Amino acid sequence: MSSDADADAAPPAGKAAAGSTGDPVLAVDGLRKRYDDTVALDGVDLAVADGEFVAVVGPSGCGKSTLLRVLSGLEPQFAGRVAVDGTDVRDGGSDDVGMVFQEPRLLDWADVRENVAVGLPAGVDPDAPAARERVDELIETVGLDGFAESRPDQLSGGMAQRVSLARGLAYDPSVLLLDEPFSALDRLTKADQQDHLLDVWEERGTTVVLVTHDVEEAVYLADRVVVLGGQPGSVEAVVDVDIDRPRERADPDLVELRRDVTDALGR
Amino acid sequence: MATDARTEPRTIGPVAVPSADRFRPLLGLAVPAALVVGWHVVVATGVIPAYQLPTPLRVAETLYGMAASGELWDHVAITVQRVFLGAGLGIAVGTALGTVTGLSRTASDLLDPLFQSLKNIPSLAWVPLFLLWFGIGETAKVLLIAVGAFFPVYLNLSTGIAAVDEELLEVAEVYDLGRVESLRRVVFPAALPSLLVGIRGGVGLAWMFVVAAELIAASQGIGFLLSDGRTLARPDIIVGSILLFAFLGNCSDVAVREVRDRVVGR
Repeated sequence: MSSDADADAAPPAGKAAAGSTGDPVLAVDGLRKRYDDTVALDGVDLAVADGEFVAVVGPSGCGKSTLLRVLSGLEPQFAGRVAVDGTDVRDGGSDDVGMVFQEPRLLDWADVRENVAVGLPAGVDPDAPAARERVDELIETVGLDGFAESRPDQLSGGMAQRVSLARGLAYDPSVLLLDEPFSALDRLTKADQQDHLLDVWEERGTTVVLVTHDVEEAVYLADRVVVLGGQPGSVEAVVDVDIDRPRERADPDLVELRRDVTDALGR
Repeated sequence: MATDARTEPRTIGPVAVPSADRFRPLLGLAVPAALVVGWHVVVATGVIPAYQLPTPLRVAETLYGMAASGELWDHVAITVQRVFLGAGLGIAVGTALGTVTGLSRTASDLLDPLFQSLKNIPSLAWVPLFLLWFGIGETAKVLLIAVGAFFPVYLNLSTGIAAVDEELLEVAEVYDLGRVESLRRVVFPAALPSLLVGIRGGVGLAWMFVVAAELIAASQGIGFLLSDGRTLARPDIIVGSILLFAFLGNCSDVAVREVRDRVVGR
């Protein structure tokens, strides 16, 4: 209903939101998710094209995290259709999906290297030299070189979150879901990690769905910003970000788009 | 890390001044030492007659005499062997069943109520039944001790596995670790501290059960020495045996704690 109007009202081009090229990697149709008596999500439609970077923003409690949990296969009870590469997430479609949780969720008894290795795809021997090299590379990517042998309790919250990010990257999934992965980081580290994520995304051609409450982050990173809202949550607006990369954070067009997203959130 | 406390004093300065804290553990010996002195005074002055309580020196002499004649070692060896075999068996079975009930809801519903009620049976109550079933040989004693060691291991491990953080299990699921790998890399390491708590309790109970077994049906062992001391009206043997149990029980507890600190040490 009104969501179409919002999508059209988005300044650049104002095209229809659905993935424009080929079959979407991620297809969500009429998703409805209920916890006992509470309906968390209702009538969510979303199509993410291969290699696309989508950010999902919305006020807290609108079901952003729930959406990611459904996409990752952690919530098999829902109505509607959710498929990855055409396979329902309940029939193994979620195997191609990796997720970085909002909390670091590290194994306290294992060091950083071992924690990152948890993300290595099934069948990869974590002790093989190639796997070890890859893990060390990822540890360096997230700026934790020198901490490979540290235990989680020796790391700060932001460092732990970066370990969890490295673990997600190690999985090298076709769809990477990120639930506010940068929220615990200070400003500078956050900017660094956002750029690292963009590098990995470009290099690997991963499809990314990033949940965030940070509008600036959403607009800077994503091809498309999906605004979730309401109770139960549904897609309120979709804002396309047609700005070439690398982007300038202070680009006036970006600032303009930020205002559009904020307006869509504010209703 | 785990060694911080030990390595720190070395880095404080070039001159190793033994700090007062190093002698702190010795404080724990002060009260027992005072008790021994008090014990000696009470017996030597005749407040308690020597046929009821021998002097500490007399106990030491008796133990020394038995050690010198070699008799003591046979008793200690057989008791330690029983505890070792019984605790080993109990820990093994407790680990196996604790794992099964911790992992499977159905297994837990089937078995847990049974074990929860069996654990309330006092150790001595098993003795006649085990003697009837297995005779007075080693089997009955080892099995009785195994029963004692089983319960703490089973209970702790079963709860520990069932209580593994749901959030970590979700991580294992999202990253497709699979059943075996998520057990090996997430569930078992997370439940390891619970298992070690169980083993510590199990070894403690094994010592209790060995006394129960040896008091009633044995011709060797420290428990047998205890009852023999009573028959012979030799309080020095009784007190000596009690002290031996205290010493050996402490040794095994320290050993288990040492293993725990190494394995879980962080």
